[in-house]
Amino acid sequence: MKFAEMKQMGLLCGLLMALWQPLAGVASEAEVHLDRAPIDTSNQASLQRGARVFVNYCLNCHSAAYMRYNRLVDIGLTEAQIKDNLVLTGAKVGDTMKVVMPAKDAKAWFGAQPPDLTVEARARGADWLYTYLRGFYRDSSRPTGWNNTVYDKVAMPHVLWELQGQQVLKTELKRDAHGHETEVKQLVLDKPGKISPAEYDATIADLVNYMVFMSEPSKGKRLQLGVIVLLFLGLMFIVSYYLKKEFWKDVH
Amino acid sequence: MGKYMTSVLGWVDQRFPLTSNLKAHLTEYYAPKNFNFWYFFGSLALLVLVLQILTGIFLTMNYKPDADLAFASVEYIMRDVSWGWLIRYMHSTGASMFFVVVYLHMFRGLIYGSYRNPRELIWLFGVGIFLVLMGEAFFGYLLPWGQMSYWGAQVIINLFASIPFIGPDVALWLRGDYTVSDATLNRFFAFHVIALPLVLLGLVVAHIIALHEVGSNNPDGVEIKKNKDPVTHIPLDGIPFHPYYTVKDIVGVTVFLIVFSAVLFFAPEMGGYFLEANNFIPADPLKTPAHIAPVWYFTPYYSILRAVPPIMNSQFPGVAAMGLSVVIFALLPWLDRSPVKSIRYRGNLYKSWLAAFVVSFIVLGYLGTKPSNVWGTFGADVAILGGADVATVVARIFTLVYFLFFVLMPWYSSRDKTKAVPERVTA
Repeated sequence: MKFAEMKQMGLLCGLLMALWQPLAGVASEAEVHLDRAPIDTSNQASLQRGARVFVNYCLNCHSAAYMRYNRLVDIGLTEAQIKDNLVLTGAKVGDTMKVVMPAKDAKAWFGAQPPDLTVEARARGADWLYTYLRGFYRDSSRPTGWNNTVYDKVAMPHVLWELQGQQVLKTELKRDAHGHETEVKQLVLDKPGKISPAEYDATIADLVNYMVFMSEPSKGKRLQLGVIVLLFLGLMFIVSYYLKKEFWKDVH
Repeated sequence: MGKYMTSVLGWVDQRFPLTSNLKAHLTEYYAPKNFNFWYFFGSLALLVLVLQILTGIFLTMNYKPDADLAFASVEYIMRDVSWGWLIRYMHSTGASMFFVVVYLHMFRGLIYGSYRNPRELIWLFGVGIFLVLMGEAFFGYLLPWGQMSYWGAQVIINLFASIPFIGPDVALWLRGDYTVSDATLNRFFAFHVIALPLVLLGLVVAHIIALHEVGSNNPDGVEIKKNKDPVTHIPLDGIPFHPYYTVKDIVGVTVFLIVFSAVLFFAPEMGGYFLEANNFIPADPLKTPAHIAPVWYFTPYYSILRAVPPIMNSQFPGVAAMGLSVVIFALLPWLDRSPVKSIRYRGNLYKSWLAAFVVSFIVLGYLGTKPSNVWGTFGADVAILGGADVATVVARIFTLVYFLFFVLMPWYSSRDKTKAVPERVTA
């Protein structure tokens, strides 16, 4: 390749790189600040705790209709453990996580059927879920008595309020160095729950961790296999490169 | 053993032109010896085509083209089918990589004048392949039946509804229903898995037959058939495709597979560009997503669509401009009046226009992924432009540049100061 062409290509690549930024979360809620979810899908203890929260709280109203209970063996549980501790309905261990609440009741109670949560983490992102589940506050103007900082006028009530307690949204006027006053809305814990705020954050992190796992259970295998494939291809590159060189020796 | 093989081969050759075809297309097809980086993408496009067909076959074994079952069947493939996740990711990554490779392949044609006489038909078949590929991608994107699948199809089909007089009937005919529905999904499945792949394969064969008839162009734009060995009649600058370019392409394939696998295994969603987050929500005809954007490979044309203002409340001018922006590539062989083919011997005038075209393609592509207010609006105190979206104005300017690259080509390509083309290819 001529030098000028290489320069052109470099320019092209640079332009492409500059434009390369993630699209996710572009939608209307882009203004809401999302906290980074402190999750680690290789932490099996955290995933197991998250699974327990999920089947105890979420699965009453939401389904995870593409997720089989026995897939939880991937997070270090035995089928017996799953059956005894995590299958709370009459489902078999090979069944998917269906919801018990009839769709008609759901519509009557919440105005809409709560969405299936199997791949919710891929649609919303871990940070959104982590912020959302910690963003409920008391709002007497809402039919459920609850509102959310991430999802305004949300239909879902705060299911975990017993754990977290009750938050309220306080509006404060803050003065910056130039004397400008800006309204800052802040969540404040009004009535403490059964566990401390730090423990609640950790519980939500476990739950979100589990939901991320559930949204793509094959991810661990994917990453593992990826390393092997790339190592093989790296080796193949060396072989094919020298093969080419050998064949092309007589081309001038 | 060798003797046995020879007699089997002889038996076949008396009944089917096997050896003569292998010679004509591989061992005695003489390709210029100076192919560079840009010449990998033709064979890579063929590789991706084969990958898409193979993975597609396995996907159809478990996919259900039914509005009630489609979304669930994709998740079934991702979870319960052995290696289903790998096959699905290969197919979804392959779709985007197909366009990456084809765009680079087309750019090669652009910079080295591969569309010029006598290769006009190769180019036209290529434009046909590109059009069918766009259709194939569009039909395939509906199949996962997520929100973006649904609303993307809705938007694109509605474009046809803007055609004067016959538009609404055309849209109805395409959908097979008054909204995008199960009937639409079924026919899109039929188009995606059988109709368009057949046309695509036919066009690819024609593309390669035409190429092997006239011979490959090269980075110097020199016709190697003009300098043949007087005894053997083999082009002096030509080397047999096999083994030289087969071993070279194996290197290209390996590098490509490294990039492909890096995406597939470590970032299959590619930050929302290859698999959009909204498509993990099942299609809901009653809930329009806040921001509908096509997949990245369609965004330059989508930008052009949005940039052209409606006339008399009709979106048709934008739709026509979008259609034209794709089809106009077919005219290149007749728009280019330069005495030289390759960018190496062209002057600064052509190079500047090409650079402007590339920049507008990329900027339009970027803007197509964003809502039109992404860069805010001009203040009311700005003359003429006050109140307009900055991104829309930028998109309009680059749409103009995009079309001027083609429309003014007869003028600037013939006026350009070119350099002397050498007799033989350079190293």
